[in-house]
Amino acid sequence: MGHHKRTTITLEEATVPADHPLQGLSKKAAVVGAIGLVASGGLAAMSSERFFFSYLTSFMWWLSIALGGLWFVLIHHATRAGWSVVVRRFAETFMAGLPVLAILFLPLLAGMNDLFHWMHPEGDKILEGKVGYLNPTFFVIRVVIFFAIWALLARFFYNNSAAQDTDSSPSLTHKLRWFAPIGIALYALSSTFAAFDWMMSLDPHWFSTIFGVYYFAGSAVAIFSSLVILAMVLQKRGLLEGVITEEHFHDLGKLMFGFTVFWTYIAFSQYFLIWYANLPEETMWFDHRSHGTWLYVGAFLCVGHFVIPFFFLMPRTIKRIRKTLFFGACWLLFMHWVDMFYVIQPVLTHNEGGVDATFHLLDVTTFLGIGGVFLAVISKKLCSNPLIPTGDPRLSESLTFENL
Amino acid sequence: MADSKPFGVLAEFDTTAGLYHACEAIRDRGFKRWDSYTPFPVHGLDGAMGMKRSKLPFIVLAMGLLGAVGGFLMQTWISVEAYPIVYSGKPMFAWQAFVPVTFECGVLFASFGAVFGMFGLNQLPTFYHPCFNSERFLAVTDDKFFIAIEAADPQYDEATLKELFNELGASHVETLEA
Repeated sequence: MGHHKRTTITLEEATVPADHPLQGLSKKAAVVGAIGLVASGGLAAMSSERFFFSYLTSFMWWLSIALGGLWFVLIHHATRAGWSVVVRRFAETFMAGLPVLAILFLPLLAGMNDLFHWMHPEGDKILEGKVGYLNPTFFVIRVVIFFAIWALLARFFYNNSAAQDTDSSPSLTHKLRWFAPIGIALYALSSTFAAFDWMMSLDPHWFSTIFGVYYFAGSAVAIFSSLVILAMVLQKRGLLEGVITEEHFHDLGKLMFGFTVFWTYIAFSQYFLIWYANLPEETMWFDHRSHGTWLYVGAFLCVGHFVIPFFFLMPRTIKRIRKTLFFGACWLLFMHWVDMFYVIQPVLTHNEGGVDATFHLLDVTTFLGIGGVFLAVISKKLCSNPLIPTGDPRLSESLTFENL
Repeated sequence: MADSKPFGVLAEFDTTAGLYHACEAIRDRGFKRWDSYTPFPVHGLDGAMGMKRSKLPFIVLAMGLLGAVGGFLMQTWISVEAYPIVYSGKPMFAWQAFVPVTFECGVLFASFGAVFGMFGLNQLPTFYHPCFNSERFLAVTDDKFFIAIEAADPQYDEATLKELFNELGASHVETLEA
């Protein structure tokens, strides 16, 4: 088209200056995180069971962004994507938060008795039958395996990508492309079983083979929304002008739209088969969510996680105007939280003998606690490395990318 | 044939750049009924021609919604009114069971809207086009680029147009029979 686009970017332009206000973000986030965790700890003393369920909700939300980042990077390399080079470092930064999430998982190990009914299978025929998989030792072993896979993949893909910033070697691109499919297989299995272990096993009688994909679909929505928000926040602070354009936002918007539909497809598939078969051990999961205000939370999820974003994100203009896309991204991240809330917390309601959804201060404090620490780590990483993979051979393709 | 009204003026260009700038000039002069013809897609030519975005998405959306609503109502009518049978102890109006077919009908009609809407907007099938009255126009599938301005354009004036095309660097200009 008429206007000329830049085809290169220097290392200096892609780096956050040492005196830039964003350099202070890490410390601020750390303070918020510390306050959040301390407050959560204080509130936990009053109701420990509530603490663990709120903590798990917040944890799975933040984890889905980090895991989504890992998935984005793997897919990017496996498909030799060109357009997404300018936002790949953001995804890499999100996945670089996976090791700290491993540490943040530790409190949940202390809460296994409160969270997981299968810890006490005695006298329950079904749980006794599942004890080979659902037992504390194997659970902890799996936690270690999952985080080991994620941390190693994140480290490997981040470090090789960062190494390319200075030496611009295409062989690193080839290397990462070679390893990406292996990473995808490991990612798919580990995130599926992590979703089984940490969310599905809250209702240990219940099972749904599609559940891993359900969590994945939510995490895909979360990462695209997060990439949009991060890119816009950086540009608002005067960084990367003209590097990430409405063309990239348009594509991220399309992916947000697509994976919102994908989430709906998976969520409905899960519901539909259970509804049709009508077997008590399967329907109980929805039964716990069909009474009191939980029914309205479910209805809100249908409308807010599908109908509204579906029609809102459909027009081309919405995805190309920053304000509207930013709103869409924030909305989807909020609905993703409602989704995690809907999956995890009815178990607590049921344990307590209630039927209504309740919101607790702990939902806020754990969210800020985990989020603060997570953001402190990744914003430090973000500011200490170039924001763009400046040595990537496909960078100019990405910079000049246009939607037809 | 000789005394029939002409279809318009056809100009031939040797390069994409020549065609591109000629399109910009014609766009800026406010011509309405004209088109360009190339052997391969020329990047950004739609902008140079000043083409507006296609109306197709709205046709697709309308057809998709029509299909989804129609599919849902069809199943409701069949299961509740026309042929009520209880299966699996579900109610007659078991909307959950209607969702897959509703979705598929929406997709099917949206696809019809996309394909046939595209045909309609492009005025396809076209069995006859006056451009092929020119022998030189056959090179449009090889290495030449063409612009044709139709006589139906309000600003159409054969002599002025021929002069304009020569100014714009056309390698050959001719009048097209209808």
